[in-house]
Amino acid sequence: MAMVQPRSIGARRLGAHLALIGFVSLIVFPLLLVISISFREGNFASGSLIPERLSLEHWSLALGIPWERPDGSIVQPPFPVLLWLWNSIKVAVVSSVLILMLATTSAYAFARMRFKGKEPLLKGMLIFQMFPAVLSLVALYALFDRLGQFVGWLGINTHGALIVASLGAVALHIWTIKGYFESIDGSLEEAAMVDGASTWQAFRYILLPLSIPILMVVFILAFVMSIMEYPMASVLLVDEHKLTLAVGAQQYLADHNQRWGNFAAAAVLSGLPITVAFLICQRWIIGGLTAGGVKG
Amino acid sequence: MYTTNASRGLPRHRSHHLSERYTRWALRCVIAALVIAFLWLVMAFHLNGQWMFALLFLVLGGSLAVVFTKRTLMSHRYIFPAVAGLGVFVIFPLLYTIGISFSNYSSSNLLSEERVRGQLLSQTYPQAGDAFNLALYQEEELIRLYLESSQGQRFVSSPLNLTNQETRQIGIQSVDAPPVQDPLGMRAIIQARDSLQGLRLLTPEGTELRMAGLRQFAPMVNRYEARDDGSLYDRREDRVLIPDQTTGFFVADNGEQITPGWPVNVGFTNYTKIFTDPDIRGPFMQIFVWTFVFAALTVVLTLAVGFVLASLLQWNQLKGKAIYRTLLILPYAVPAFISILIFKGMFNQHFGEVNMILDTLFGIRPEWFTDPWLARSMLLIVNTWLGYPYMLLLCMGLIQAIPQDLYEASAVDGGGPLTNLFKITLPLIIKPLTPLLIAAFAFNFNNFVLIALLTGGNPDILGASTPAGTTDLLVSYTYRIAFQDAGQNFGLAAAIATLIFLLVAGMSLLNLRLSKVKV
Repeated sequence: MAMVQPRSIGARRLGAHLALIGFVSLIVFPLLLVISISFREGNFASGSLIPERLSLEHWSLALGIPWERPDGSIVQPPFPVLLWLWNSIKVAVVSSVLILMLATTSAYAFARMRFKGKEPLLKGMLIFQMFPAVLSLVALYALFDRLGQFVGWLGINTHGALIVASLGAVALHIWTIKGYFESIDGSLEEAAMVDGASTWQAFRYILLPLSIPILMVVFILAFVMSIMEYPMASVLLVDEHKLTLAVGAQQYLADHNQRWGNFAAAAVLSGLPITVAFLICQRWIIGGLTAGGVKG
Repeated sequence: MYTTNASRGLPRHRSHHLSERYTRWALRCVIAALVIAFLWLVMAFHLNGQWMFALLFLVLGGSLAVVFTKRTLMSHRYIFPAVAGLGVFVIFPLLYTIGISFSNYSSSNLLSEERVRGQLLSQTYPQAGDAFNLALYQEEELIRLYLESSQGQRFVSSPLNLTNQETRQIGIQSVDAPPVQDPLGMRAIIQARDSLQGLRLLTPEGTELRMAGLRQFAPMVNRYEARDDGSLYDRREDRVLIPDQTTGFFVADNGEQITPGWPVNVGFTNYTKIFTDPDIRGPFMQIFVWTFVFAALTVVLTLAVGFVLASLLQWNQLKGKAIYRTLLILPYAVPAFISILIFKGMFNQHFGEVNMILDTLFGIRPEWFTDPWLARSMLLIVNTWLGYPYMLLLCMGLIQAIPQDLYEASAVDGGGPLTNLFKITLPLIIKPLTPLLIAAFAFNFNNFVLIALLTGGNPDILGASTPAGTTDLLVSYTYRIAFQDAGQNFGLAAAIATLIFLLVAGMSLLNLRLSKVKV
């Protein structure tokens, strides 16, 4: 490309690199710091970014193994981090699968069928998607409180309630999948139907196999959103062994007793898999996120 | 665009494939079972007097039955589950919240009127006049209770284990004379007091005696008596309590309200309270303004950082863009609840790393969590860290679409990087960006997680009658009114939530118009 080059291009390039490196180190500092702290001794230790004396105390506690200090005293793990992580993953997997099923079928109808009320429904979904669940928490609490009187697994303090409540957030995913369906040419399905396939069969055997990539993206998006869901879980879950990670993790930094070191290990342990998964899938996720507009 | 209408409205004959026939029948059974389950819930809620919930499940079950039996509604079968989910968990709670905002539903007005009446009618008090004097007698390891009234009634219990402090009912028998040995002293009674308080002594006539003083047991009588006109007679205070349907309490002649009460419709009281009660209006307005400032500043700051970085990364003379990009979106990849808590620890006043660095560099240790303005700046710093990657990604996508010729032309005319940035890039991306900025504004307007995890709304606003903090956003303020502290005021919280609903609805309508969504 024949670009007109100013004379000072080298200096500018250097400046840009320096500015970027400076900014990146500022941004990454907190994350490196937490990794460093998780290997330091004690909960209040200060020190350089690379700890002088490595200690696996916090990691051992985060993994639920009691730790024996050099002086012989034994420290018990303060919180069941692995159990919280497991709860989070359990809720996230089940709710993402459900959301995916609901969103895919309705996105198909919205993309391929003509029916009454299609336009207002789609627009309504866009509007209601912007209402945060925090505002109707009182009503949701009342709903699950009453439901729990008749259906035990849907009451307050159950994972069932949390999973079912997440189904309200399908609107965003419907829009994402619908956009993808519309980008696929309909002639294949048409051909199948000419050969006698029903609408459902055309959807199930022709369109779905073609849409695996977007289904993966929506699954990961729903999974990440569910892992990070805080307000609903903080109201619906009560017992310590029922908490999800998002609600439980803040107990490490309670006002009176801050377990900074223990928190660091638990944060790295639980945050790293999610972060790595996000970075691996970033190419697909970012398309979905920026199209939808909001990150949960 | 291609649309299907293949199997709609056509008569469907029996399939030749056995497996397909069975699947169809299985599906029909599942639908029928679901409809029956919903109808059972409707009955259950109706019998419990909760008509709102009964109606919800009636609509749900009814529409399920209609959609899955009418063949003309074939397309609607595909969207029914998602729309039902949206209806039950977004729209119903929204309507229910608006409903609550017109009531005085709160921790003091929680149960239905019948339940309140039942609770009051089961209240008892000891009738002091017929009290029995208590004496304890040692019987080997156990202790026997002896009771004697001023009228000469005498009762004795079987030997009891008084280390057991559970509430229990014990039968007692009439006797003619006290036991022969000496009674235990006052000390024994004081020692066994907790256990004695749990005892319910049942006389042969069926009256229940409870501990009424240190040396006394007295018969318990019902405090309230129901009258036919709906009022209650208070035996203890000798007065009549009348149910007041405007406040949801039983009230005495002197205006005293008896708790607990029940929720009643109070009209616009909650709304007028927000705008006229100075103890609520002051904090509310302060929080309202801060919410707008916070959301606007967040959008501006994240956009500024994201835009500048995106322009830098689009510069094709720069090497290593992929690495910079990955490192720069790291804050987006780390779960927000973890990074917010990391900052909470880092900004800690005493041993946080931020203050340690500031202390060694400038010798200052700002009180990030107790000074309102510092707490607010901290929130903005953290939220910029959390939010700029999103703007970066948006801007990068949009900048890529700008034709290179424009920059070429600018270079020919001697335009520098700043001219390019403000005269070419920014004007070209601001229009497609606007709806997304509004969405980001709305998101941060309701950024509950950040406030809840970082400051919890603290430091508090002084003189507020509701839990209100200087860093609270409207959402976290409603959450605190509804779920924190003793005086959970659901009605007031719902009224504020309804106001936020209106604001959000306005924003999303504006957004819809600006982005010209094609359906």
